[in-house]
Amino acid sequence: MIDAFNIYDNMDRNNILLSFKGDITSELLTSILQIMENKMDNMQEDSKTKKKVYNVLVECLQNLYHHMDDATDGNGDKNRSAIFMIAKTESSYNIITGNYILNENIHGLKARLDEVNALSKEQLKDYYKSVLNNGEMSLKGGGGLGMIDIARKTGEKLEYNFLEIDNKVSFFTLIIKVTQPQLI
Amino acid sequence: MEKYAIEGTPKTPTISFDIQGGVLEIKGRSIPENSIEFYKPLVDALDKYSTAAKPATTVNIQLEYFNTSSSKCILDVFKKLESIHKGGSAVTINWHYEEDDEDMLEAGEDYQAIINVPFKMVQVAE
Repeated sequence: MIDAFNIYDNMDRNNILLSFKGDITSELLTSILQIMENKMDNMQEDSKTKKKVYNVLVECLQNLYHHMDDATDGNGDKNRSAIFMIAKTESSYNIITGNYILNENIHGLKARLDEVNALSKEQLKDYYKSVLNNGEMSLKGGGGLGMIDIARKTGEKLEYNFLEIDNKVSFFTLIIKVTQPQLI
Repeated sequence: MEKYAIEGTPKTPTISFDIQGGVLEIKGRSIPENSIEFYKPLVDALDKYSTAAKPATTVNIQLEYFNTSSSKCILDVFKKLESIHKGGSAVTINWHYEEDDEDMLEAGEDYQAIINVPFKMVQVAE
């Protein structure tokens, strides 16, 4: 039998406010954003915190949404599933996403994350403007700005991990910390 | 066509473009997954407007949130406005931001640095 208490206890200890596992659809994103907005209103968060968390949530969720297809080649529907969690600590909101990625795509993604993590606040601003203005648009409209924007708005490094599942796919975990502005 | 209007949704902004008056307003949230599709009709409307632009064009942007997918489309809209400005219609872009929203102010300043059109940063109370 499934051990619901074990899952509950684990979520409780990790201060998970909300978690979802499954296919990421446009309607789901709308619902999650609405739920989180209500939650933050109920928790009487200040508007600066709400805006930061909301903005970063949008980018994280849409990253997941746009890259859900990336690991499905020949692996069936299982790999269209992702996990998404929001944890609340005393001084921050942590957004955690996890999804499958083809091993051959790890190198490129890791290089991009490391590149963003190596930049200072000022450098991120310049980098954002140059990518914004480079005239390139990915088919999905993202244009490669998501990670830069997240790093810029949070002022934190992007924490990530690749867990190799087999010789085709790995599981990619991304942890974004949004420190609450009034507590900085 | 004298007016171009789109009503807002939880993920897309309200757009009203008064072609006779030369006033374009974009308000609300712009966080669609596919922004290109959403903004294309507006870019097309601006294209048409550019052939018979008013002596002055006022643009009011008052966004609560916008995603990075929208940011490139908004730049496209501003580039169209830049060419309308060059073509002889005096364009002003009023970029509104809530007083505690530094990220939104910075986003406006990013566009201001790229686009050759007068920008006004307008602070609004929450």
